[in-house]
Amino acid sequence: MAGTLLLILMLAPAVAALGCILFRQAHIAEWLNLGAAVVSFVAAIPLAVLSAGGPRHYWANYILIDMPGVWIALCAAIVYLLASIYAIGYMRLLSEDEKLWGFYALFALFALTIFACAVMNDAGLYWIAVELTTLVSTFLVGFERAAESIEAAWKYIIIVSAGISLALLGTVLFYWSGSFVLGPTYQMTWDVLREAAPKMNPQLVTLSFLLVLVGYGTKVGLAPMHTWLPDAHSESPAPISAMLSGALLNAAMLGIVRYLVIADGAGVGPLARTTLVAFGIASLLIGTLFIVRQNGVKRLMAYSSVEHMGVIALGFGFGGPLGVIGALYHMLNHSLNKSLMFFGAGNVMRSLGSKDISNLRGVWNRFPVQGALWLAGAVAITGAPPFGLFLSEFVILRAGLIQSFAWAVYIMLVLLIVIFVGFLNHFRAMYFEAEGRQAAAPISAWCVAPMWLSLIPLLILGLWWPHAIWDHLMAIAQVLAGAGS
Amino acid sequence: MLTTQLDPLAASLFSLMAIASLVLAFVMLGSRWLNNYLYAFAIESWIIAALSASVAYYGGYPELYLIALLTALFRGLVLPFLIWRIMRRLDVSRELHEILQPSSALVVGALGVIFALVVAYHIGDSMGLASRVAVLALTVMLSMKLIGFLMLAVRREALSQILGLLVLENGIFLGAQILIPGMPLLIEIVILFDLLIIVACFGVLIQYLVANVGSTSSRDLKRLVG
Repeated sequence: MAGTLLLILMLAPAVAALGCILFRQAHIAEWLNLGAAVVSFVAAIPLAVLSAGGPRHYWANYILIDMPGVWIALCAAIVYLLASIYAIGYMRLLSEDEKLWGFYALFALFALTIFACAVMNDAGLYWIAVELTTLVSTFLVGFERAAESIEAAWKYIIIVSAGISLALLGTVLFYWSGSFVLGPTYQMTWDVLREAAPKMNPQLVTLSFLLVLVGYGTKVGLAPMHTWLPDAHSESPAPISAMLSGALLNAAMLGIVRYLVIADGAGVGPLARTTLVAFGIASLLIGTLFIVRQNGVKRLMAYSSVEHMGVIALGFGFGGPLGVIGALYHMLNHSLNKSLMFFGAGNVMRSLGSKDISNLRGVWNRFPVQGALWLAGAVAITGAPPFGLFLSEFVILRAGLIQSFAWAVYIMLVLLIVIFVGFLNHFRAMYFEAEGRQAAAPISAWCVAPMWLSLIPLLILGLWWPHAIWDHLMAIAQVLAGAGS
Repeated sequence: MLTTQLDPLAASLFSLMAIASLVLAFVMLGSRWLNNYLYAFAIESWIIAALSASVAYYGGYPELYLIALLTALFRGLVLPFLIWRIMRRLDVSRELHEILQPSSALVVGALGVIFALVVAYHIGDSMGLASRVAVLALTVMLSMKLIGFLMLAVRREALSQILGLLVLENGIFLGAQILIPGMPLLIEIVILFDLLIIVACFGVLIQYLVANVGSTSSRDLKRLVG
């Protein structure tokens, strides 16, 4: 059953991509992609429920359905669905109809590669899947072919490929340290590495883990390796920004989490966690500094992603059941919320014809409905109640205090408050300062509907944390904590 | 373990080849001409292919012959050819504005090798590695990594950056042949193909750069800041 669902999850975008290439028609492609997104989403939910029954292996152990992976796939499927709905309205505005089929083909492939990251059981194949996400999304980032988007695409592929080659080195060194325990040839699955970990040489594991952390950390956008992120997120079309931020970053974080488990097993957990916490704090700090003095509306959202990846890194770094639960819940909330933010930013940007916050004025009067949705999203993304991110950040803070990372918790608190003020100040300017004279172009319902679809669950998740989800996340935390401890 | 039971001839052969690739990385670091980078890269790839073959012979890993063949074919022929084509189309033959003179870059690269050596010895000591070859392989792997990053950092031309990335990958591949010859075949083949796709993507992107930015130097990529 779980295998069939996984097959549906992966086949849907693959078929959609193939269909786009075969038909080469914009209007067919957009519906194919939307259909694939719906199917993937529908398959991902029961898959998440079924994954609680224990890990399952397929295809000679190369594919793994386990709870952490499926959680990432679920977050990705949600963003994929929202972004596909949004893309129909948004991409029609770009008037590049003859190229749109290529866009949707790549879009579906991008979703496919992200799902693949979530279910790869072999550390080497996981690396390949992450590399493939980069290659596919580069062309999505550069889709608009403006000088800025090509520049962003170039920086993206160079920085991320260089970073991720460090992860490959780390992977090779992990294999090497495993080969002293398991013999020269073995399949490098997460479980095998984890079982061998206690007998590995701790120093070599430390070196390998740091390489992997920096490598995948580049992809996650942890500061100071985040430099590609604001460019790529701000220059790509808005649905792609949402995918990059809400789905891709989580998929790369999964690798760090899986290696963290191995590092724990090898007895170098404290060092590994402290490093992860340090990267998290650095990301929060960089995010704060650039949010406060930002003028690009999508760059603002991008730096907010750096910040939130920092928060998630802190959650996993603090560890313990609470830290992991908080981080996973934060992933879900952030996926919903950041999609909403990029959709709003894309709408306002297209409608008023500028990327600069200083040119976007009078949002409140011009767009009463979607303006309200976007503002609610802005309040949510800064971690204010009653939205989901407040709960998850709160849980992460508690985890930090329990796990004696109090210093990090205090820094995090201060930075979150500064971000709250800085972020909402931009919105105050956009909503309530004197209006410019530009006429606002109308926005289609396709572009507003997904904002509702992301805000409502976000509000529900903030008001009420269902027991089922808590138990599910607790089970994931136990999986990650290891059977032994 | 391959590296513990080597006969002296094999050990010195491996060391020779590892050191030769390191020297070639320095050739790339010390030159301004894109042609030289390309030749050095191609020769380096051939050396790595030869290394795979000799590991296959001395270590008894027959599947590595296939890897050697594919390495020679992809890294030694196809990749250099792809890059050569891009180079001809671009009409760029040398680095014009490197941040660091080649001579200074050589010195920094040498410092990088010393650092790599220290790290490798440290790891080797803590593991009680008897074999010098493993430590050497680790050193070369880490130093080629550092040299690759140095090339990425101090060179501006798009092509040099691609070659810098390829040096990073070559370093890993070389080390992997000596340290973990038993790595599953599938992974190695997929990584080789992956590299091919990467370079193809770079080729397309470079065309976009020329068409939309009008330059292939990262000096001119400064619209997005802050």
